[in-house]
Amino acid sequence: MMDMNYNKKTFCLFAGPVIVAFLMVVVIPLLIGVYYSFTEWNGRMDQVPNFIGFSNYIAIMKDEGFRNAFLFTAKFTVVSVIAINTIGFSLALLVTKKLKISNFMRTIFFMPNLIGGLILGFIWQFIFMGVFQTIGEITGWTFFQGWLADANTGFWGLVIIMVWQMSGYLMIIYIAALQNIPKSLLEAADIDGANGWTKTRHIIFPMVAPAFTISMFLTLANSFKLFDQNLSLTNGGPGGATEMLALNIYKTAYTFTNYGAAQAKAVVFFLLVASITMVQVYVNKKKEVEM
Amino acid sequence: MKSKQNSRILLYIIGVLTSILFISPFYILIVNAFKTKRELFGSTLTLPKEWILDNFKVALNKLSFLWIGKSFSLEGFFGSALFNSMFITITSTILIIIFSSMAAWILVRTKSKVSNFVFYLFIAAMLVPFQAVMLPLVAFMGRLGLQNRLGIVFMYLGFGSSFSIFLYHGFIKSIPISLEEAARIDGCGPWKVFWKIIFPTLKPIHVTVSILNIIWIWNDFLLPQLMINKKGTQTIPLKMYLFFGGYSKQWHLAMAGLLLAVIPVIIFYFFAQKHIIEGVTAGSEK
Repeated sequence: MMDMNYNKKTFCLFAGPVIVAFLMVVVIPLLIGVYYSFTEWNGRMDQVPNFIGFSNYIAIMKDEGFRNAFLFTAKFTVVSVIAINTIGFSLALLVTKKLKISNFMRTIFFMPNLIGGLILGFIWQFIFMGVFQTIGEITGWTFFQGWLADANTGFWGLVIIMVWQMSGYLMIIYIAALQNIPKSLLEAADIDGANGWTKTRHIIFPMVAPAFTISMFLTLANSFKLFDQNLSLTNGGPGGATEMLALNIYKTAYTFTNYGAAQAKAVVFFLLVASITMVQVYVNKKKEVEM
Repeated sequence: MKSKQNSRILLYIIGVLTSILFISPFYILIVNAFKTKRELFGSTLTLPKEWILDNFKVALNKLSFLWIGKSFSLEGFFGSALFNSMFITITSTILIIIFSSMAAWILVRTKSKVSNFVFYLFIAAMLVPFQAVMLPLVAFMGRLGLQNRLGIVFMYLGFGSSFSIFLYHGFIKSIPISLEEAARIDGCGPWKVFWKIIFPTLKPIHVTVSILNIIWIWNDFLLPQLMINKKGTQTIPLKMYLFFGGYSKQWHLAMAGLLLAVIPVIIFYFFAQKHIIEGVTAGSEK
């Protein structure tokens, strides 16, 4: 085989542009950001801010709003990951049953994914406040009244729009996995007299395990990082009760102009997102092998 | 046999009900966008008595959706939300396709420590949430005078590169190297080898990369909000945010505005549906 290694000049010509953009947009801001989290930063770059050690970090540990945002985000993530994956997988099973309306259903279920989170949140704000109110008046059920007015309905409101948006995406991933299961495997199981549950447990689940790893990664990361829907649906209200981590960081910086603390929160946020998703992928990969 | 048929009927019923549940927000959006304020206040579920278009006139204007200024002109179009969204999305996606595929190819074909390091750096960056770099980025780009439409295109290249390089990298590894060897024996330099041989063979992955980037960039709110919050440069999500703040009590106008914002996406979905589904599938197979 011929030597395919190209020289430095060629390497720079091809990889250079994207590396420059990447360094300037991701790497440098990340490094500067970590440094700024230890300073009394004012959000600008014209002078070097005072170094104050861990003060920002100590302050945010005592920040009740940040703690609540973390707990709310964690709770939201657990519930929505379970809900989205269960529903996404069920939708995939439904549309692979070869019904006449299967293609139509695929189109419908995936559609919400194309609409941005911000616009989605506004549409659902109207549904929860306006349409639910109407339904409540017609049926007389108090269940439908006053949605988004407290932490509880705000929480479920966020879960519902997240499920509406993302389960169609996961459906696509699970459909691909289900279609990759060799027909012969299922037929062989039929001949051996395996029932529906045995087939599901020993053939379908192990075969879709890699898709499950990816789906979990996507839902976990997206739920934990949720911002747009949070901003447009509840804006963290009432009284910060539905504020998630990303929105809390945003408000610390832009509403309370506390840039040093906001950046310290951002660093903690980064460490949380990175470690949680890495642990999840590691655990799922291990499970894949065992199955 | 009877029970099998019954279970099929049950599946149809579940399918139809779930579809209605998924489609109902669109129904609500459409019917309420055509109502008067008074009618909407009375009933949010029924079809409008009379389909009126006045809401759209107001929304088109306030959103600067198709033009900016008093009435339509070509010049006004270049400051409109639709133009800004299209310009930013299309330019960014083209740059991402060109530069990410170039980088991915050279990273696959160069076996060195540097090349490995660069690749893993791009992959690791997928774990960095936007909030972690947001504040220093605003300060940094502000200093460099990049808080404008071209600046944001550059930023999308930086943020979009990780995942795109990852996708290209996986695909390029499966292209037999003999193709390139033959071209090199014929005297082609790396530039020609890439553009004549590699770039065209990457067509399926170009489609995937563009679909995923188009959806993401088109819908992105926070980066434009931080970088191009100036009149005449705002994108659709950004305009929608400002519009909604001012009209949140006037749901008939808000609904018309939201419907306007959704229409381009639905048109895109209608034309590119097959590619979108394939792109999502390919993009998730890590």
